[in-house]
Amino acid sequence: MSFSYRDDMASADIAFQAQGKTIEELFSSAWQALIEVMVNDSKKIKKSITRTLDLEQTSLPMLLLIFLQEALFYKDAQQLFLIVEDIAVSHEAGSYSLKATLKGEPIIKHKHRLGIDVKAVTLHKFNLERTDHGWEATVVLDI
Amino acid sequence: MKIQGIKKISNVLWEISPSFKGGMKVPVRIYASEKLINQMEKEVFEQITNVACLPGIVDYAFCLPDGHTGYGFPIGGAAAFDPQTGIISPGGIGFDINCGMRLLRTSLTYDEVKPKLIKLVDTLFARIPSGVGGAGALTVTQDEFCDVIEQGMEWCLKNGYAERKDLERTEERGCMSGAKAAKVSHKAIERGYKQVGSLGSGNHFLEIQVLRPENVHNRKAAEVFGLNIPNQIVVMVHCGSRGFGHQVAQDYLFQFLQAMQKDYHIKTNDKQLACVPFMSRDGQDYFSAMQCAVNMAFVNRQIIIHKVREVFSDIFKKRPSDLGMEQIYDVTHNTAKLEVHTVKGKKKELLLHRKGATRALGPGMEGVPFEYREIGQPVIIGGSMETGSYLLVGTAQGSKTFYTTAHGSGRVMGRHQAKKQFNGRELLQKLKAKGIYIRCASYSGLAEEAGAAYKNIDDVVKAAEQAGLSTRVARLIPIGNIKG
Repeated sequence: MSFSYRDDMASADIAFQAQGKTIEELFSSAWQALIEVMVNDSKKIKKSITRTLDLEQTSLPMLLLIFLQEALFYKDAQQLFLIVEDIAVSHEAGSYSLKATLKGEPIIKHKHRLGIDVKAVTLHKFNLERTDHGWEATVVLDI
Repeated sequence: MKIQGIKKISNVLWEISPSFKGGMKVPVRIYASEKLINQMEKEVFEQITNVACLPGIVDYAFCLPDGHTGYGFPIGGAAAFDPQTGIISPGGIGFDINCGMRLLRTSLTYDEVKPKLIKLVDTLFARIPSGVGGAGALTVTQDEFCDVIEQGMEWCLKNGYAERKDLERTEERGCMSGAKAAKVSHKAIERGYKQVGSLGSGNHFLEIQVLRPENVHNRKAAEVFGLNIPNQIVVMVHCGSRGFGHQVAQDYLFQFLQAMQKDYHIKTNDKQLACVPFMSRDGQDYFSAMQCAVNMAFVNRQIIIHKVREVFSDIFKKRPSDLGMEQIYDVTHNTAKLEVHTVKGKKKELLLHRKGATRALGPGMEGVPFEYREIGQPVIIGGSMETGSYLLVGTAQGSKTFYTTAHGSGRVMGRHQAKKQFNGRELLQKLKAKGIYIRCASYSGLAEEAGAAYKNIDDVVKAAEQAGLSTRVARLIPIGNIKG
């Protein structure tokens, strides 16, 4: 997982840049960067609950955006912290699709070292591009 | 002045003409002192001039003294649109629809509360959920939640969570009547129905504050608002529509991104300004869904205040009415609303977008609760947990911004930088030594909210006062705070 938080991009909120040698690695890094804003000890999240995702979009950046939003949905709707266990991204006939298995556990206030709640993944400065080393995404989160 | 093209009109007013950027339909007006405008990031000027390019904008695009970078609109941004020819944009309202402030007064004094402060704050922290993904204090089914979002605070009144006076002292009486649950996605309902009565995190808070005699700026207005006891205790709440509102905004932002160019041939300078004509089916659907989120936030704050009344009642062993626990007012600072204003001498209905901006009606105006009408609408400005907050009142001169003023301090330091600079546990101890007792769900979150991360709130409210947008009534000093 490779990501770093960028203080110079969003003073009121949180921005990060995530990298991956493959597109799947990039998606996983970006998910992890998002989760670690909300829980400071994400490595301690137990993998006791499984959820699966099956998403489709016409562009890769939009696929990343709706993928990250699923982390917020599960955090609010089911009070779960989930980590990417397995992910595959494919491209066919102008459409990008993603299948992922997520594993995690319920949010427990006294157990997890909570960070800060994320309201939304924004389109502000949102970017996904190929680099010499693979892929890189820039994401700004609304806090 | 660091940005070329900005003209100084007065000590607290700056203007950017439409020649600044291609496509600007109206000038921009920024209400700020020189110090505050110099603290604004360059992006604020880009964003507010992008707003000035939107179809149907009327008069000016406004930036208020607490302006800072947002998404689409800057935070502290406002703009009015002709409902017939103009647009509606989720980026002009914010992800946290009806994020807002509520202020409750008590008849208790600081000396009466001080011995019980720790117990009060601990009990509030235990009974009012806060922090990441927190489930709310109210348990409702998804069907009941649909009633909540359509009926707003009327639902609370019917179900024993509100008093009639709470509704009378809330903007829109706590319910926007165009809310239709059918216009909201199932995902938004799933995301929000368990969160009613929860604070969330970030800059959201519940605070016990004291009004010291030396901090009363307008005695007459303070008395009308029921603040007439030396060292009187009040409770302030800052929160919004939680995951429900965030999902409503997200759903329609995506929908508008697709429809904007394909169906309506509108181009914007920023994807976060995605918009559609207000009178289009898409525009009306969003307006209705947004009103559901507005209502959810009013109910969210009402349930929190209901819990506050219960906690004070339990600890002081008196009924809330015997503790004088009456709501002063509830204002929203993230909305779009249809309002009638005077434009070039004629009354006109306008769609007012206010993002991190507060409605501030002047004396005698319809919409101000009858008991406050003589002096104007209360405006609640939330500050940091270290520096305090303000109660202001709207003015007749506020017509220049369609009766809109600031909403808070505005950040000057990034969250990551604040975490590096401040330690949450140390900050907690430092504030305790200063007489401010805090409970928080996250120490790192607490560090991000350090007072030094924000602009000086005194500068913000003074600039708003000098500009004639609102005037100071009282400065409220924190003594207890719960944060997510």
